Amino acid sequence: MEGLVIKNLVLRNIEPINLSVEKGIIAGIAGESGIGKSLLLRALADIDPHEGEVFFDGKSVESFPAHEWRRLVGLLPAESPWWFDVVGEHFSDPDQSLFNALGFDMDVLLWSITRLSSGEKQRLAVARLLNGNSPGALLLDEPTANLDSGNTQRVEDLITDYAKKQSTAVIVVSHDTEQLDRLSDQKYFLDRTGLKRF
Amino acid sequence: MIHLTSLDLSMAALLIVLLALISLAMELGLAKKIIIAGARTTVQLLLVGLVLRFLFDNVNAGVLILTALFMLFVAGREVVARQKRRFTGIWGLGIGTFSMFLSSFTIAIMALTVIINAEPWYEPRYAIPLLGMLLGNTMSGIAIGLDRLTTAAWEHRAIIEARLMLGQRADDAISRIRRDCIQNGLIPIINVMSVAGIVSLPGMMTGQILSGTPPIEAVKYQILILFLIAGGTGLGTVSAVWLGSRRLFDDRQRLRLDRLRKS
Repeated sequence: MEGLVIKNLVLRNIEPINLSVEKGIIAGIAGESGIGKSLLLRALADIDPHEGEVFFDGKSVESFPAHEWRRLVGLLPAESPWWFDVVGEHFSDPDQSLFNALGFDMDVLLWSITRLSSGEKQRLAVARLLNGNSPGALLLDEPTANLDSGNTQRVEDLITDYAKKQSTAVIVVSHDTEQLDRLSDQKYFLDRTGLKRF
Repeated sequence: MIHLTSLDLSMAALLIVLLALISLAMELGLAKKIIIAGARTTVQLLLVGLVLRFLFDNVNAGVLILTALFMLFVAGREVVARQKRRFTGIWGLGIGTFSMFLSSFTIAIMALTVIINAEPWYEPRYAIPLLGMLLGNTMSGIAIGLDRLTTAAWEHRAIIEARLMLGQRADDAISRIRRDCIQNGLIPIINVMSVAGIVSLPGMMTGQILSGTPPIEAVKYQILILFLIAGGTGLGTVSAVWLGSRRLFDDRQRLRLDRLRKS
């Protein structure tokens, strides 16, 4: 099957998880904090060791070198660190339309990391994720947690647009159920009994 | 060469006693430590003197190799002891010890057989001091390099993992940290070479001159030793940091901090 398929993924204290997200579909996951939503995304990106199977377009995680899998299945963590001094050093071939869609001019590339607000860091992290690898699947962990309503709107529009135009399977984790209502084609709830659609 | 008598050393020991008395008077809380350290120096060095006398009287490759392995093991333990976060299992002792073996032993044997041409190569009068100095310095470089590696991986795990998430290879995600660690391991010996003879007279050379060796001969040996130490420290630190940085990741290029534990 095309898209992202998860079979019997085992996380600590949770019944095995099964989920299919087809290309162009946004799946929203809600659940109490601490239940393991972030751990689920980390396991899908193969950042944490895990039991169970994950496939993209019918090919399993193990059939890819780990770094290629992570280019294909891009994970946006809840907090994205920056390691060089200047924003632009983190981008190899910046795409202007992407920056504009997130509310930045290209001179943001010259900004020092130290002057970025947490919201700016979050929006730039979205740009960094989408700019480099053009992932076939996106795993977004609270992508708008630090954003005001205007910028939340920008990021949501960008995600929806990217999912449809690039035909990308997207999983969004959010504690904001209204956001999940706005974004998701399918909604799920994660608790100890596993992942359930609602 | 002027021989030192027990009385000569006793007079020097008065300095230690004086230091302890000053500590008592000023309530530095160091008096006991100073006396114990002074006693340890005396006992340990006398014992080493006896061991060396035994080794020099028994020129035997087997005895020398056993001694060398013992020195290696002790140095390996010392590297582990200097880690704030050490690798679990055999890797904790293994990475440092293997790297010291690789660098110190090869360089010592090369120096003995090709440069100094000691006859036989396992002549303890050359082999033991040479290996001792190599191990001691390589040990420092490796201990600094490994300590910084594991500490940096722990502190910067968010950055390392973010780079992995963006599809970088483990090698690329850790490359900056690795470079920084190797630099830190090598800077001390580079500094020593830079100021040798200007700010300080190296201890080995001083000892040789005091015992009657002509200055230029002592200097030549000191240059040789410094080059050997620099080579050994470089090789050992690169090896240890490289092995350590590999061990931080598994076959799926995941950062595995569960392979470290706090000392």
